[in-house]
Amino acid sequence: MSSNNFTDKKLAIEKLELIANDVRQDIIKSLENAGSGHSAGSLGLADIVTALYFDILKHDPNNPTWDERDIFMLSNGHCVPVQYVVMAYAGYFPKKELMTLRKFKSRLQGHPERLVLPGLETTSGPLGSGLGQAAGMALTMRMNKDSHRWVYVIMGDGELDEGNNWESALFTAKYKLHNVIGIVDRNNIQIDGTTEHVMPLEDLRAKWEAFGWHVIEIDGNDIEAVIDACAMARAIVEKPIVIIAHTVPGKGVDFMEYDYHWHGMPVGLADVGGAPPKNDQAMVALKELRTLRGRIKNEHE
Amino acid sequence: MYLLDHDDWGSQANRKGFGSGLVKAGELNDQVVALCADLTDSTQISLFAKKFPERYVEVGIAEQNMVTVASGMASMGKIPFTASYAAFSPGRNWEQIKTTICMNDQNVKIIGSHAGLYTGPDGATHQMLEDVALMRVLPNMIVVVPCDSVEAEKATVAIAEYAHPAYLRLARDKSPVITTIKTPFEIGKAYVFAPGQDITIIANGTMTPIALEAAEKLFKDGIDIEVIHSPTVKPLDAATILSSVERTKRVITIEEAQICGGLGGSVSELLSEHSPVPIIRMGVNDSYGQSGTPSELLEYYGLTVKRVMLNAHKLMG
Repeated sequence: MSSNNFTDKKLAIEKLELIANDVRQDIIKSLENAGSGHSAGSLGLADIVTALYFDILKHDPNNPTWDERDIFMLSNGHCVPVQYVVMAYAGYFPKKELMTLRKFKSRLQGHPERLVLPGLETTSGPLGSGLGQAAGMALTMRMNKDSHRWVYVIMGDGELDEGNNWESALFTAKYKLHNVIGIVDRNNIQIDGTTEHVMPLEDLRAKWEAFGWHVIEIDGNDIEAVIDACAMARAIVEKPIVIIAHTVPGKGVDFMEYDYHWHGMPVGLADVGGAPPKNDQAMVALKELRTLRGRIKNEHE
Repeated sequence: MYLLDHDDWGSQANRKGFGSGLVKAGELNDQVVALCADLTDSTQISLFAKKFPERYVEVGIAEQNMVTVASGMASMGKIPFTASYAAFSPGRNWEQIKTTICMNDQNVKIIGSHAGLYTGPDGATHQMLEDVALMRVLPNMIVVVPCDSVEAEKATVAIAEYAHPAYLRLARDKSPVITTIKTPFEIGKAYVFAPGQDITIIANGTMTPIALEAAEKLFKDGIDIEVIHSPTVKPLDAATILSSVERTKRVITIEEAQICGGLGGSVSELLSEHSPVPIIRMGVNDSYGQSGTPSELLEYYGLTVKRVMLNAHKLMG
């Protein structure tokens, strides 16, 4: 999908942006249908996860255990609705299965489970343990002289309150595991409020640098920036890399953006100040996404 | 059962058996790797680290990270053995063991050394008594409590060959060596170490020699004890235990752990459903340990030959 031709690259990015926009619509629909789940982080991560599956990762939906694949883990497993939608788009399972999210006997469990859905590399939800697993995988790749493979792990910013992450950060730096590429979803919210109110993380760049990591900061809602940052990360070989991806929680839906109340809630569940009545929330959100905030007129309108 | 005669019992810490067993496992399979949280000599993992330095990973004092790294390594095909004191692993990192190892069914081994009262002078914080219960409740996890260093070595090799999560419980101080290289060991099997008719004593770990000694003495009192050594607490060998209890109709369990949720709890659950009989559970009963020598502590907490004999007489009425 990537190309050295500048024009092709621009076209490719536009195509990815359209995919991410469709992904957001399916996140809204599947969460509304589920009646519970995490909206804000899922929407905010749509660009990063789309870029990963459609450009960055070496993977094969028809052979999820391909032994040359890159590894991708979502340490903040509560944002898995975005991963499910992108996996369906990438061909891991039929899109219609998205409507089983969080339902009895579904492969799309409320939090991701490795043994339930092929293509998931781990089970997550309890926070703070993705980075350690990534380090273990990366160390094994090194032991096996398995190069040109990378382990990508997305962590929430609120998740960084967990001590396990910092144990893993020390470890990954000690062993100079440059095949680990951490991506922190810096959306500034967690359940009880903003990260800086609940438990301040800043100076976040300085913290990672002090732990021995190479830090890249980007606009995490800019697909081209995500792709470029990962390419840069793969070129760094002396230390592990963390990409602090600044994202807007609820990205793409005006009444959700920046509002931590949408961290753990789907549309249609409750009336929220500043948002449409609950019965209209899905419709308003989907219309906004479909028309790209009125910038395009949908053919159906 | 190829047990040593009582007069020939040796004395060695069962963690020593783990140390040599891990080297054996490493020789048998080059995918075996070892991780330790700054306790290489105490856990005896140092033997493996010296022999296979490229397969040894020091993680520092970070038990949560140790098991998550191990989960990642297992996910890529390694067979990681993680070692620390049981008080810290699985004491501190239970959730990571559950989510990243058991729910993923990753082939990781949790080695909890310095478990139980045999940890002695270090005191209550380091005398892990809840580990058996903690590990036993986890789906996909098995729990092995060897009775001596010889069995600990066999158990180490056996869990390396078992491609799922496993917990191995070890003690710090020297304890009697009662088995030989010929004594059978298989995951999931309990063994009748001494046949008898009147009472079934089910024991594991350092309490198995206590049970055998008590059985010898009780025979002179006219009470015929069957001693079942049950090194695997999970899966429990229900067939062996039930066929014994159907004959004896009286049970004593003894372990160097909390009786709640441990071997005693496990046997009680089995018997209350299938063969309810009078049972006395011996172990630590809802309290913490304290500093002292192992023998002082075993005396204080009632894990002695004499106390087993008293309980046997009580059961015989």
